[in-house]
Amino acid sequence: MSDPQITLYRLQACPYCERVVRKLKQYDLNYESRFVEPMHSDRNAVARLTGKRSVPAIRDETTGVTMSESGNIVDYLDRTYGEGGAAGGA
Amino acid sequence: MVEFEVVDLPETDHVETGETAPEFARPLVGEEYWTDVSLSDIDSPVALVFFPMDGAFPATYMWNEIRDREWGHGSSDHVTVVGVSVSTPYEHRTFIGERGMDYELFSDPSAAVGEAYGVVHDLDGMSGVREHRPAVFLLDDDRAVEYAWVAAEWPDFPDYDEVESRIDRL
Repeated sequence: MSDPQITLYRLQACPYCERVVRKLKQYDLNYESRFVEPMHSDRNAVARLTGKRSVPAIRDETTGVTMSESGNIVDYLDRTYGEGGAAGGA
Repeated sequence: MVEFEVVDLPETDHVETGETAPEFARPLVGEEYWTDVSLSDIDSPVALVFFPMDGAFPATYMWNEIRDREWGHGSSDHVTVVGVSVSTPYEHRTFIGERGMDYELFSDPSAAVGEAYGVVHDLDGMSGVREHRPAVFLLDDDRAVEYAWVAAEWPDFPDYDEVESRIDRL
């Protein structure tokens, strides 16, 4: 497998994170999962990346985009990798 | 609130009401030590609670709820409540200590017990790691299954009121 292009910070069993996972799988994107702690205060790695401690958060090496909040991420993935998207699709 | 569909877990052929709960022996972690214990050695009736790995939020939610409802104590002290997760005995000790919960937990790192009950969940993003779905089995004498609930979604939680009323009838 090639190096993952997308790093996903996620919380185990978090529905918002699973929503992003489903989208990543839909577009057959290669992603690395980094699981964080339930306690917000234990999420410094996420804070360093996005300035916030909320998950899901992604870093896309292909586009250089970093973002959090599942709605934003799903929109971004659709826009970028969906049909007619900037980086792939038909 | 953002709309999302909860993830459906694959269908599973789990242990059902009316069947005999599979026997197993695993380290049972108490307050002071752990030692191999067989399910059949536990005072019946038994509430067997499978839960995700210690530290995951569903595990915390489930045991806080069970602790606060005092299952196995007070009016329901006729039932023995025991948990099962893939976490090691050391992790169980920490988990029990943090919760201040008066329950003992089986350690099943291979998830083989979960396999026998049909409650295994292969985790995305954690290669080689399987854990248990949230699940509750109420066992009468001779390990007869009187009630069975297994999570069909992720995450999903037991209907605590329903389980409680079934415990009262054991």
